[in-house]
Amino acid sequence: MGLQIAFWVLALIAVGSSAGVILQKNLFRAALLLVVCFLASAGIFVTLSADFLAAVQVIINVGAVAILIIMSIMLTREVTRGSPSNRLGAPAFVISALIVFILVFSILTTAWPISGAEPAQPTTSVLAQILIGDPGFILIIQMSAILLLSTIIGAIVLMKEK
Amino acid sequence: MAPGLEEYLILSALLFSIGLFGAITKRSAVVILICIEIMLVAVNIALVAFSRFITPVELTGQAFAVFVIVVAAAEVAVGLAIILTLYRQRHTIDTKKVDLLKW
Amino acid sequence: MNSMPEMLTWIIPALPLAAFLMLLLLMRPLKIKSNLNGYVSIAATAMSFFFSTWLLVNIVQTAETKFIPGFSWLSLEGAIDIQVGLIVDSLTAIMLVVVTLISLLVQIYSLGYMHGSKSLNRYFAFISLFTMAMLGLVMADNLLIMFMFWEIVGLCSYQLIGFWFHRPPAARAARKAFFITRIGDFGFLAAILLIFNATGTFNISEVHSLAASGVIAGTTITWACLGIFMGAMGKSAQFPLHTWLPDAMEGPTPVSALIHAATMVAAGVFLVGRMYPLFEHSEAALTTVAVIGAITALFAGTIALAMNDIKKVLAYSTISQLGFMMIALGLGSVAIAIFHLFTHAFFKALLFMGAGSVNHSTGTFDMRKMGGLARPMPWTCATFVIGSLSLAGIWPMAGFFSKEEILLSAFNNHPLLFVLAIIAAFLTALYIFRAVFMTFGGQVQSRFKPHESGKVMVIPMSLLAILAISAGYFNATGGFLKLLGDDHTHSWIYGIFGVLGHPLAWASLLIAGSGIFLAYAIYQRRWISSRKIARRFGFFYTIVFHKYWIDELYEKYLGNKLLNSGLFNLFNKFDSKVVDGTVDDVARLNLNSSKILRLVQNGNLQTYAMAFMIGVAALALMVILVN
Repeated sequence: MGLQIAFWVLALIAVGSSAGVILQKNLFRAALLLVVCFLASAGIFVTLSADFLAAVQVIINVGAVAILIIMSIMLTREVTRGSPSNRLGAPAFVISALIVFILVFSILTTAWPISGAEPAQPTTSVLAQILIGDPGFILIIQMSAILLLSTIIGAIVLMKEK
Repeated sequence: MAPGLEEYLILSALLFSIGLFGAITKRSAVVILICIEIMLVAVNIALVAFSRFITPVELTGQAFAVFVIVVAAAEVAVGLAIILTLYRQRHTIDTKKVDLLKW
Repeated sequence: MNSMPEMLTWIIPALPLAAFLMLLLLMRPLKIKSNLNGYVSIAATAMSFFFSTWLLVNIVQTAETKFIPGFSWLSLEGAIDIQVGLIVDSLTAIMLVVVTLISLLVQIYSLGYMHGSKSLNRYFAFISLFTMAMLGLVMADNLLIMFMFWEIVGLCSYQLIGFWFHRPPAARAARKAFFITRIGDFGFLAAILLIFNATGTFNISEVHSLAASGVIAGTTITWACLGIFMGAMGKSAQFPLHTWLPDAMEGPTPVSALIHAATMVAAGVFLVGRMYPLFEHSEAALTTVAVIGAITALFAGTIALAMNDIKKVLAYSTISQLGFMMIALGLGSVAIAIFHLFTHAFFKALLFMGAGSVNHSTGTFDMRKMGGLARPMPWTCATFVIGSLSLAGIWPMAGFFSKEEILLSAFNNHPLLFVLAIIAAFLTALYIFRAVFMTFGGQVQSRFKPHESGKVMVIPMSLLAILAISAGYFNATGGFLKLLGDDHTHSWIYGIFGVLGHPLAWASLLIAGSGIFLAYAIYQRRWISSRKIARRFGFFYTIVFHKYWIDELYEKYLGNKLLNSGLFNLFNKFDSKVVDGTVDDVARLNLNSSKILRLVQNGNLQTYAMAFMIGVAALALMVILVN
């Protein structure tokens, strides 16, 4: 029961804040609403008993990504211009609605192979097993490291003064 | 009664569509980036929900979500670097005025 | 003399061609500017002259037509087979000798006349090319090849008229000559195609035999002949295509002597002569030739009376004399026409050289500014007078004999033509002696210091003067005409003196003499003021002075009104509106449709993203609907 209330409240906050991001004219507030959205999604992860991911979400997205975005907003001094829309509003809305419809339709019509097993608690050791254990994603972890390294180099090269 | 897989997936679909709508209609490059972040969050919610309801013991979905977060972080870093470079050269990040792909 | 090996015939046109190539490819890159250029082409022409004479002697001895086989030039299986070969008959041989001899003398004369002129290399190169083309033209056994040489001759004429192309009148005259002869060439080409269509061959002797056997006859042959004659009219400057020749006098004087007096303009007469077996089958064509010739002879003679430029007088005189040749052709005698061509080549080249010599000394062609040149330029004067007497047709000069033949033939065949011809003969004597007296008679204009030209100019003139006297004696026994097919042999004493027994000879001498006397009275003694005559016959004088307004007619009405603002304007409109319009519309259609399509590629990534999403949605919908 508590889980249900938590889910609905968090879902409402997530949808509301993300809608706010779009409707908000003020860029800075839009970025802050993104933080709210991130936090809400972290809460939803908790309701899905993904405690590790919830922490990761808070640390990386809220702590790093959102801060990065806010900083770049301040650097580009775009706040004054607000967040104008282009002329694609109407068709984009139709497309988005269509996609929601399609997704919901397929979600509801699909027979999901629900497993009744209790979720692993806590998830950290299991995730560690999967990610860097023997039959796991160790190669992808290493590729992620390379990706992050090249991202750092790329960002530095891009921002370097000529 | 606890919320089932469908509820989570519908929430994910809603968030995804909102992000998509924003990514298509907004003119400010930073806001587009924010909207893309929202879309990634929506995907993560779907992945974790699958993980919870279909592979609750193996947690494969959560492993995927970890990678999505990694890629999202990388994407934000590079995207913001591009936006800042753009701003430095053209003094705007309005996508309407940045359409050099035309030629 | 030994008979000449057949293959050596090829060397006659090959030598000037070699000279042309040598001048163009060897001497020009080496930038040799001296008279060496001239020596090369003179040597080649001299050798050609030697071989031509040898050939002529052979022809005189054997009196047969030789066909020298060449090579297959163009062969399409079952459709066409063009053999290039040479015809060597009396007509060709005489033309060869005339062309090479005049060309040789003119080139020697040019060494003096053109001395110090720029681009001597170009000058002699084109003279050589011209000589080659002219020789090829008279020897060709194939209409197509003949036409090619015909065009090369026209090209050289264009190049040499416009030799001083930096002078606008010369450039204009060159262009005019090219265009107007092109009108005639069109007729010639059409006739060639017509003949080919009717007979399937370009070979001249085959065409002749087919015409003789009646394979081509009736209107076909008449149209073919008229087309050929149109070509001849263009090249031989017959009315109404004569306007280019007086303007062509802008070229160097030796060029006028060679091309526009002796050889190229005679090519038209030669062409009609060569195709004569066709003309014989068409009464209408022959009549046209004769009538056009008579009109031209008279008409050009009157204009020559009013010209003040000595070269223009000679130019109209040439047109008039070519008209005489056409009369002879129209009256049925190739031999007489070629005989007149033969004598005319010598005395007219001589007269042009004389005019050039005068110009060399005084720096002008305007006869009003000359006068009294007889004393300072005795050689020029003497040779010019000999040429004039020959042109006027005074016994015993060459011109007398040939003109006498024409008049006799007209007298026997066609009284009206005879009257026209005799008036033209009177005019001839009048205008040429007008020129003589205006140039050499009277007082020296004080601002000139005239002097005799150098030996290199006087010697060719003297040689031509000898020929202008003696060329007629080649026919003293009737041998020349016999060679060309007219058989009236007689003793040489009769040939030279006996003609005087005929009253017609005295009549024509009287006419010519009165013309000369009238010129003497007006321009030397001034018993009668030329101004008064001009006033008395004011109307006539105005017409003649303006050359019957033919040029104005062509330029203003035919050129500007009819063609430029009428027909060409129409074409222009058609071109710009319909042809270009279609192209433009197609382009505009593309432009407009791409303007719409361009929106798809507007460079905005978000639009692409949306299109991408539409695709995704469509695919997903499809999957759902299929399931």
